[in-house]
Amino acid sequence: MATGAEEEANRPFAGLSDVSISEDIPVEGDISVPVGPSARRGGDDEFSTLDEPVKETVLRDLRAVGKKFVHVLYPKRSSALLRDWDLWGPLLLCVTLALLLQGGAADSDYQGGPQFAEVFVIVWFGSIIITLNSKLLGGTISFFQSLCVLGYCILPLTAAMAVCRIVLVAGSGAVSFAVRLAVVTASFGWSTFASTAFLADSQPANRKALVVYPVFLFYFVIGWMVLTFSPSQ
Amino acid sequence: MASPHDLQFQAIKAGYDHVTSWDGSPLNKQTNEFEEAAELLSADPGASTLSMSNPLAAAGDGEDVKLDLSEDEEGQEESSELLGGQKPAGGFWTFEYYQSFFDVDTMQVLDRVKGSVMPLPGRNFIKHHLRSNPDLYGPFWICVTLVFSVAISGNLSTFLSEMGNPSFHYRPQFHRVTVAAAVIFMYAWLVPVALWGFLSWRQGSERQLGGYSFLETVCVYGYSLFIYIPTSVSLTNGRQERAAWLLSLTGARNASTLLLTSRSVLSNQCVG
Repeated sequence: MATGAEEEANRPFAGLSDVSISEDIPVEGDISVPVGPSARRGGDDEFSTLDEPVKETVLRDLRAVGKKFVHVLYPKRSSALLRDWDLWGPLLLCVTLALLLQGGAADSDYQGGPQFAEVFVIVWFGSIIITLNSKLLGGTISFFQSLCVLGYCILPLTAAMAVCRIVLVAGSGAVSFAVRLAVVTASFGWSTFASTAFLADSQPANRKALVVYPVFLFYFVIGWMVLTFSPSQ
Repeated sequence: MASPHDLQFQAIKAGYDHVTSWDGSPLNKQTNEFEEAAELLSADPGASTLSMSNPLAAAGDGEDVKLDLSEDEEGQEESSELLGGQKPAGGFWTFEYYQSFFDVDTMQVLDRVKGSVMPLPGRNFIKHHLRSNPDLYGPFWICVTLVFSVAISGNLSTFLSEMGNPSFHYRPQFHRVTVAAAVIFMYAWLVPVALWGFLSWRQGSERQLGGYSFLETVCVYGYSLFIYIPTSVSLTNGRQERAAWLLSLTGARNASTLLLTSRSVLSNQCVG
């Protein structure tokens, strides 16, 4: 109907339904549009990834996550972690760490170790608070990039947790404690060093220490949780 | 471009040119002084007016009270607009408003921490160290550090005191963290709110120049908690109880001295 079409055109925001928001429209602010493989899926006509097998899709993301793990283990001044950020890796690491921290102190009263939810809360809210702190101090890194870096740098501590559980199977005396202490200290230092290698450059020089200290505290607390894990009897 | 001050000066100078003082000497000296004053004024024409209108502006800001109790996370402050006219950046929904609370450098934070550890009786912490740039970085991270140091050292002291006991099985006691966090953050935020509210009520509705803003009160309380961090760490060894008590008393003395030297200015104003 003609009047209906006129009404349609005269309505405010008439043309807005034509705007597609799946393209790379530059957004305001610091958050960068992710350039990972998932963003290309919808808008790429040549390689339509809808028909590929699911295994291929999953493997692509897993390969991206694995590449970032390698970057964390050998921290150099590379921007791969920052540019193609994703939160799968931090989620995987957080779940693994929380699961490994279970199973100690079989009686589930409050005298025991951290619950699964407590580990999650500490890791994620700790990362969010550190990211907010870095941004409030005038950092140029975006919110999710910082979350990505902090989450990925938990990898050494998760590896230390696995080593500690293996050592604890062997025994829980003074020797095993010394071994665990050495492993946890080394991985704590590695985590802090790796994350500051990525994060410290985004701050002005006179505030670097203000940003690094919360990161140090964050990994110290996680290291403490790893070190004080005691198996159930 | 002739500012109003320039025109005023010209008029005055023209009027004085033909006038002589009572002993017949021309009033050159006064015109010279006028010249200097006018030069200073034209260089900074807003200078004279700013100091006069500032208390009025601050009083005007004090009229509208807005308290925003945001409950996102534990560390989020109760942001109000009563900052004494110091931080006019944006409304409380913009990011820049909160960024103005974190406008400190590393050396400034370290300097404030040093000032809180050794409070000299003659010095007011707020006037000397804060210098009308109160921040929230120090109080927040000192509280977080204190929470974890209390929890960890409590855990360690339990472990060390029971080391000889064969039937003792070590437990991480993670619930200490949540209890410590609740207590310390409530102290660091609710007590300044109560104190500031009480002082505002005593001062009435008018805002004096020397009155402390809410942010400064929170800042002082936050920095005064710093001394308890080494105190809590040193209390882990149960054998050295005397040294530990001495250190904790020192901590209490430092914290209270800090607060009292800040309060002495306030109490003078409350009486007056």
